[in-house]
Amino acid sequence: MDWQGQKLAEQIMQIMLLVSAVISFVAGYVLGSFQMMMIIYAGGVTLTALITVPNWPFFNRHPLNWLDPIEAEKHPKPQVAGSSKKKGSKK
Amino acid sequence: MHSFGYRLNGLLTFAVTILALMCAITSLSDNFNTPSPSAEIKIININWFQKQPQGHDEVSLMMNVSADLQSLFTWNTKQVFIFVAAEYGTPKNSLNQVSLWDAIIPAKENAKFWIHTSNKYRFVDQGNNLRGKKFNLTMHWHVMPKTGKMFADKIVLTGYSLPEEYR
Repeated sequence: MDWQGQKLAEQIMQIMLLVSAVISFVAGYVLGSFQMMMIIYAGGVTLTALITVPNWPFFNRHPLNWLDPIEAEKHPKPQVAGSSKKKGSKK
Repeated sequence: MHSFGYRLNGLLTFAVTILALMCAITSLSDNFNTPSPSAEIKIININWFQKQPQGHDEVSLMMNVSADLQSLFTWNTKQVFIFVAAEYGTPKNSLNQVSLWDAIIPAKENAKFWIHTSNKYRFVDQGNNLRGKKFNLTMHWHVMPKTGKMFADKIVLTGYSLPEEYR
């Protein structure tokens, strides 16, 4: 997931859980059934988990452009002044 | 949220927190219920009325208990516990409360009932004060919720008295 995707996932999760809670409470109150409230809420939580937890492709629409390794070699990392240890270029 | 496990943990924590909130609101909704229960107890017969070897008075009686407690039930009610207690005063104790009979009502349908029973628990006095004693019978109930606050109340029925002599 990219950064935008993470933010989207968190927002979707919070809104869906709150909406599930409201729908299940109203349904339970109107039907007079505590059990129905619990069942509907559990269904809502499961649905939210299926949508927000796995790494779906639509969470990755703003991918980060990591620098290509070939490019990275052409621009070596600057060495710290005074360092006696000299390692070979990292691959 | 960075990884699968991180998101799953966040989701479950939030879901459980919201569940706690829902239970609190459910319990609060019980306050909107205005119950109108009714009860009637008739003493049919005094089976026996003795002074026990230890010196305490004991009486056994037959009663008809009828009640309509359906209005106590809400969507958040698990069961209603009721008991009938005899209340009277003596020189030694200003108030004695002796539980005579109790029952658990599991559902609204069972809340309107009539029962002919002897006292389930022994009606024993601390002393010899029961001859000719006037007493009240109170019907107590505890409405036990599925989640949240338990409500308890009672109805007091007056005008009962025991015989003047042992029999």
